[in-house]
Amino acid sequence: MERIPILKMGPFLLVTIQVDMHDRLAQTLQDDLADRVVKYGARGVLIEISSLEVVDSFIGRMLARIASISRVLDADTVVVGMRPAVAITLVELGMSLEGVKTALNVERGIEILQGSLDSETGGEEDVHSED
Amino acid sequence: MAEKSKLEEILRTNESELLDHWLKEQFAAVTLRRDLMSEDQLRQQSSEFVRLFRQGVAGALTDITTQDWAPVKEMLASVSKSRAQQGFGASETATFVFSFKQPLFDRLWTEYRNDAKGLADDVWITTVLLDKLGLYTTEMYQQSREQIIARQQSELLELSTPVVQLWPGILCIPLIGTLDSERTQVVMESLLQRISETGSEIAIIDISGVPAVDTLVAQHLLKTVSAARLMGADCLISGISPQIAQTVVHLGVKLGDVITKASLASALDVALHTLGLEVKNRQK
Repeated sequence: MERIPILKMGPFLLVTIQVDMHDRLAQTLQDDLADRVVKYGARGVLIEISSLEVVDSFIGRMLARIASISRVLDADTVVVGMRPAVAITLVELGMSLEGVKTALNVERGIEILQGSLDSETGGEEDVHSED
Repeated sequence: MAEKSKLEEILRTNESELLDHWLKEQFAAVTLRRDLMSEDQLRQQSSEFVRLFRQGVAGALTDITTQDWAPVKEMLASVSKSRAQQGFGASETATFVFSFKQPLFDRLWTEYRNDAKGLADDVWITTVLLDKLGLYTTEMYQQSREQIIARQQSELLELSTPVVQLWPGILCIPLIGTLDSERTQVVMESLLQRISETGSEIAIIDISGVPAVDTLVAQHLLKTVSAARLMGADCLISGISPQIAQTVVHLGVKLGDVITKASLASALDVALHTLGLEVKNRQK
């Protein structure tokens, strides 16, 4: 069965969406992602959509749902590399993906996740580094 | 038409007299605009019209939708277009056709001196024909004026939405003039395009040149802000005048968590601060 690969990068997971999403694929991705977040204790999820050219409300909802699931599992979601046309479409559809973080590219996305991770565990990390 | 009208014959035999008479009328008329158009040009247009008009009459007579009248219509369309560009008014342009009635009626009167029925018939035909052609001219005139307006509109649209880079990572789009949905679309597209090209993290929308902000304009602005946010860039809105601030509050527009600043300078300051940059006075 068709699956979207989920890559582990340190404490974060990276998903690159390069094919047209349909119901079952989205469902599988959701299930897989929830599994991996739990399995690796991931603290952040990066969803890279720079090759996504067409979006509809379905994809918008899927992104929002993945973000809420990850949130429950204590992982931040960052959507990266959205194309201008895609952004305009989502706004016209009235979906501004509240609660989902966004970044221009994967590098920035990792910076954002790292940043929020640092500020969360800032105190502890400092203690460890001094040791 | 049962009995063949003598109109074609009259036009054929008296072409040059008709033309002379018509030109004399036109040169004497108050609607003649010597400042916009030379007499030679008018003479040439008039003679061409008389010639083509005769061909049309020889063909389908009163039905100007047929092929026989196509050359006349084509000629009138080009006349309307050139006159619209020269700055003639709509009625001045249509008068060109309507003024042909007088010389033609005079000629008909001479020809049908003893035939009231024939005169009435041909005067009627001529009136119908020239009215149709005159209306057609007005229509064409309007069309070419509309084309001019549409072209200017699109030029204005292109002119009014430049996206400038203030600093590596900071874009600015100074908006001038009223924002409607069409313009917002262009603004949004060019801004987002530049964001993805330059990888800028911050975009400043400066609305110093926007005369009024109502709920619709505010909604358009917010749309642009959320689209930029979806791409991973933050938006600041600057250049909010005291009046606009009051209007926005009066209307109860919710600008949400968008950072708004009174001047572009302070917005740039915020942007630099967000990027971790600092402007220093170079003092020893």
